Amino acid sequence: MALRGNLRDITIVQILNIINLAKKTGALVIKTSNDQSQIIFREGKLIFAKMGAEDNGLPAILQRGKKISHNQARLLKEKAGNMTDKQLGLLLINAGYVSQKDVLECLQDYYLSVVRRYFNWVEGEFAFEQNVLPPPDKIPVKIDLENLIMEGSRRMKEWEHLQEEIPSLEMAVRFADRPGSNLRNLTLSLEEWRVVKYVNPKNTLRQIARATNLNDLEIRKVIYSLLEAGIIELIRPDGTRFEKIPSILSTKSKEEQRSLVTRLIDRIRSI
Amino acid sequence: MQNVKIVVTGPFNAGKTQFIRSISEIDVVNTERKITSQPEKIKESTTVAMDFGRITVDDDLILYLFGTPGQKRFDFMWEILSEGMLGFVVMVDSSRPETFREARRILETFRAYAPTPYIVAANKQDREDSWDVEDMRVALRLDPEVKLLPCVATDKEKVKSVLLELLYGILAGME
Repeated sequence: MALRGNLRDITIVQILNIINLAKKTGALVIKTSNDQSQIIFREGKLIFAKMGAEDNGLPAILQRGKKISHNQARLLKEKAGNMTDKQLGLLLINAGYVSQKDVLECLQDYYLSVVRRYFNWVEGEFAFEQNVLPPPDKIPVKIDLENLIMEGSRRMKEWEHLQEEIPSLEMAVRFADRPGSNLRNLTLSLEEWRVVKYVNPKNTLRQIARATNLNDLEIRKVIYSLLEAGIIELIRPDGTRFEKIPSILSTKSKEEQRSLVTRLIDRIRSI
Repeated sequence: MQNVKIVVTGPFNAGKTQFIRSISEIDVVNTERKITSQPEKIKESTTVAMDFGRITVDDDLILYLFGTPGQKRFDFMWEILSEGMLGFVVMVDSSRPETFREARRILETFRAYAPTPYIVAANKQDREDSWDVEDMRVALRLDPEVKLLPCVATDKEKVKSVLLELLYGILAGME
């Protein structure tokens, strides 16, 4: 059955959870407006990841892991010619330039970094293609997803916390009459300055996000830090609370309740 | 004469009206209107106030099934519809993951109205692009004890199964 949708609706953590629990094998392809990545799993474990057009050859990955220098990576790429990553890895290990552990750690770090980039994504089409495996020239690893899911969950909690604090981007902000911080000692980041420029009760947070080119998460983070600093105030719509309404069953004795529900069950069975 | 009600809720186009239609002994009384706004125009008409269907149990007892309007702008109706309900069914379109978050929101809202038992129905399971029920459980963030049943709202037997599971849950809650 299909496992496809949008990160706007299903988070990467939920997708990883599904893959882990169902021990799925295949490729998760995520397409965003800027890029496309492929993350491959075997029996619920992460074995390979590739980010768009990013160089994911072994020399580039070893360079990112600081196991070789930029020049060494460039030379390797030139000399490796048509060698596969597997062949190149063996050559480097046998020649004593790097250890097998170095290679595997660098690959794991890179594959994990590809997945982590999606923790903060709130938009992007995804599709899981069953039984797709990495290209044969690539070196697969085997990474349990549990730790990644826990890390992602922590980040999602941060996101949920921000959503609780700022439940709607249709709200507006205004400068606080009595700022909670000493403005003379306040240092704002570049993003905060960009947002501050648009603080005005007429602008919704969504409009500010659009004007400053920030996504839903980023605008919430900036607004939250400005709120915490006491510089701005959210103009919230009036909240309404609902009173709990008792069920019709609460007015009946236990025996009457059971009888009523049993009659309903018998009737529906007979339809 | 005692009247009891079960509320059938869920996002827009989840199949609530069809669910009630499949089991009601009367033609479903609905307040559908032609859809004019473009984003919602994946079907020709939608429920704007409520649907209701009826199942006569005996001379003394009638079960009403109330369907809530799916569009967010009518959610002021939900609280009224939920008053005194026996339990509720949350319909989710298994082939539209973009509605899962909304389904979760509706579920939380109804749970806040009344602490009554509920069940989640993974509707449109007959479609090729529908999600696996267990994958949906994770996506909807449902605890293992929450009942999530595959459903095809056009199939009376499937609808019966969902309602019966809800009633079994209500009965079990009385023990």
